[in-house]
Amino acid sequence: MKALLVAEHRDGQLLTSSYELVAFAQQLGADSAMFLVGSDVSLPQYDGTLYLADIDKYSEYNPAVHKQLLLDVIAKEQPDIVVFSHSSYGWDLAPRVSVALGAAHVSEVVEVVDGAMVVPVCNAKLRRQVSVKTAKTVVSLQSGAFCLSDDPEGTPTVEKIDTDAAARVVFEGFEEAEAGGVDLSKSEVIVSAGRGIGKPENLAIIEGLATALKGDYGASRPVVDSDWVDHGRQVGSTGQSVSPKLYIACGISGAIQHLAGMKKSEYIVAINTDKDAPIGEVADVLVVADLKEFVPLMTAKLLV
Amino acid sequence: MKILVCIKQVPDMESKFKIADNATWYDSGELAWRMNEYDEYAVEQGVQLKTQVADADLTVLCIGPQRVQETMKKALAMGCDRGVHIEDAESFKKDPFEIASMIAEFAKEKSFDMIFTGMQSQDRGSAQVGLMVAELLDIPSISTVVDFAFDAGKVTAKRELEGGIKAKVSCTAPALITCQLGLNTPRYPTLPNIMKAKRKELLSLPAADLLKVERKQETAKIYFPEKKGGGLVLEGAAGDLADQLIKILKENTGVLA
Ligand SMILES: Cc1cc2nc3c(=O)[nH]c(=O)nc-3n(C[C@H](O)[C@H](O)[C@H](O)COP(=O)(O)OP(=O)(O)OC[C@H]3O[C@@H](n4cnc5c(N)ncnc54)[C@H](O)[C@@H]3O)c2cc1C
Ligand SMILES: Nc1ncnc2c1ncn2[C@@H]1O[C@H](COP(=O)(O)O)[C@@H](O)[C@H]1O
Repeated sequence: MKALLVAEHRDGQLLTSSYELVAFAQQLGADSAMFLVGSDVSLPQYDGTLYLADIDKYSEYNPAVHKQLLLDVIAKEQPDIVVFSHSSYGWDLAPRVSVALGAAHVSEVVEVVDGAMVVPVCNAKLRRQVSVKTAKTVVSLQSGAFCLSDDPEGTPTVEKIDTDAAARVVFEGFEEAEAGGVDLSKSEVIVSAGRGIGKPENLAIIEGLATALKGDYGASRPVVDSDWVDHGRQVGSTGQSVSPKLYIACGISGAIQHLAGMKKSEYIVAINTDKDAPIGEVADVLVVADLKEFVPLMTAKLLV
Repeated sequence: MKILVCIKQVPDMESKFKIADNATWYDSGELAWRMNEYDEYAVEQGVQLKTQVADADLTVLCIGPQRVQETMKKALAMGCDRGVHIEDAESFKKDPFEIASMIAEFAKEKSFDMIFTGMQSQDRGSAQVGLMVAELLDIPSISTVVDFAFDAGKVTAKRELEGGIKAKVSCTAPALITCQLGLNTPRYPTLPNIMKAKRKELLSLPAADLLKVERKQETAKIYFPEKKGGGLVLEGAAGDLADQLIKILKENTGVLA
C-alpha cells in the first residue's frame, strides 16, 4: 500500500501535526511520500520523497491551486490513500481532492480496526466503522489520534513542484487571535462553564466555585459564542490550551475540540446530567448531577 | 439574487442513543429532532443577506424523511421564502458524496448566486457536503467561516483556523460558504413568522429524481465506544455528592490542602 501524506505549514513553520500522518502510515504498514506547500527553511524530519511547493508563491490558503498541485503529485505517485489532518487546512482540501479523484473521503479517523477506518458519530457518543467502495481513499485524521512513538527523524528527498492553476479564492492575510484575554495557561484550578449552565445568570455559580477554589473560570465555545463570556476565556482548539492541577467542566459535553484544550489537565472532574456525555471518557470523576443544584452546594461546603 | 441554504435535521445530542437492530445506524425511534446547530448559522446568514440586498429569493433545502419538514418550517419561520424537501426515508444511509450530488443536481441549472451550508453535521460530522456541492457545481467555496460580507458580487470572509487565528479571504459570487459556530446570532422565529411560514411553499421531490451517482462508502458497523475505565461515576443526592467530591479532591489533588 502507498500513502501520500499532506503535511501542513503555517506562518513560516512546518506543523508538528504533520508527523501524525507519518504515524498513521506506519500503522497501516504503508510506503509513503509527502506533499507540502511550505518552505526549505522548515522541512519535516522524514525519510522519503517530499513534494514541495513554495508557500510564498502559492500562499497559505488557496484551495484551487493547492488542489491542482496535489492532483499532479497523485497522478505521478498513484497512492492508494491520501492522508490529511482533520484541521482547517485538511477538512477544506480533502473533499475537493476526493471529488476530483472520485475517491471516498472518510473524515476524522480516530483509529483503524482490521484495516477499517473508525470515525466518531453524534459528538463522539458513538463510533462508526466505514467500508470504502472505491480503489483510492482520501482520509483526514482526528487531531492527536495517531502519534509517533519516537521522535521523528530523517531527511527528505525534496522534489520541487509547480502549477499554473488559477486561484478562485484570494488569501488576504491572517488576523491574529484576539489579545487581552485572561491567560488560563498558568491557572492551577479552572472551573469551566458549558452550555449546560442554561442562561448567562448562572455563570455566577461557576465563578463562585472558581473563587472558592482560588482558581479561574473558563468556558466552552457556545458560552463564548452567545457572548456570555469573553473569547479570552474559551478553552479548546480555537481557544486556549490549559493544563491546571484541577479542571472542573460544568455542563460541558466533551466535544473533541473542547478536549483538545484541557485533556492535559492533571485531574479532571465533570458535572453533567448526562451519564453518557463524552466528557466521561477523560474525566477522573463524573458527577451525575444538575450543576445548578450541585455547584452552589459544593461551593457552600468549601467555604465553611 | 437567488440564495440557497442547505440544512439537515439531526437528533438532539443529549438524547439517549440506541443502536438500531442491524447495527449500521442509531435507532431513530425515540429521539428528539432539531436543526443541525451549524445550519442555524447558515439560515441566519441567508436571511441577513436577503435583507441586505434588494430583490432576493431564499430557498431552504433539506434531504431526509417526512419528519424533516418540521425543521424546514423553522427555517421558513426564520425568514426563508420557500422550501424544497427532497424526500428520502433512507437518507441516513447516503454518504456525503451522494447527499452533495443530489443537492448539486437540484441546484445546477438554477443559478444560485450564494449557497450556505453548515460546516459539518452534528451526527455524521463529516464536514464534506458543502465543499463537495461547490466542487460539483464548479464554483468557489470557503469553509469554516466566522465572518461574512457581501458587496456587489464580492464575498469577503474570515475563515477560522486553529488557536483563534483567522484567515481573511475573498472571492466572487456565485460561491458557497460553510458556516462555523459563532458566525452570527441565529434569530428565534417569532409567533407571527411561525404563522406566516405555514403559508410558504414547501415543495417535495422524490430523492430518486436527483440521485444519479453511486455511494463510495458505507457504514459497516455503529457502536458505543468502549469506556476507557478508571473514571469514577458518582450518582445520588447532590449534598452527598458534594461531600464525596470534596473528599476525593483532598485525597487526589493538592488544591484543597
Ligand atoms: C473547528 C471547530 C472548533 C471548535 N473549537 C472549540 C473550542 O475551542 N472550544 C470548545 O469548547 N468548543 C469548540 N468547538 C465546538 C465543539 O464542537 C462543541 O460544539 C462545544 O464544545 C460544545 O460545548 P458544550 O459542551 O458547552 O455544549 P453541549 O455540547 O451542548 O453540551 C452541554 C452539556 O451540558 C449538559 N447539561 C445540560 N444541562 C445541564 C445541567 N443543568 N447540569 C449539568 N449538565 C447539564 C448536557 O448533558 C451536555 O453534555 C469547535 C467546533 C469546531 C467545528
Ligand atoms: N441531508 C441533508 N440535507 C441537506 N443538507 C445537508 C444534508 N446533510 C448535510 N447537509 C449540509 O451539509 C453540511 C455538512 O454536512 P456533513 O458533510 O454531513 O458534515 C450540513 O451542515 C448541511 O448544511
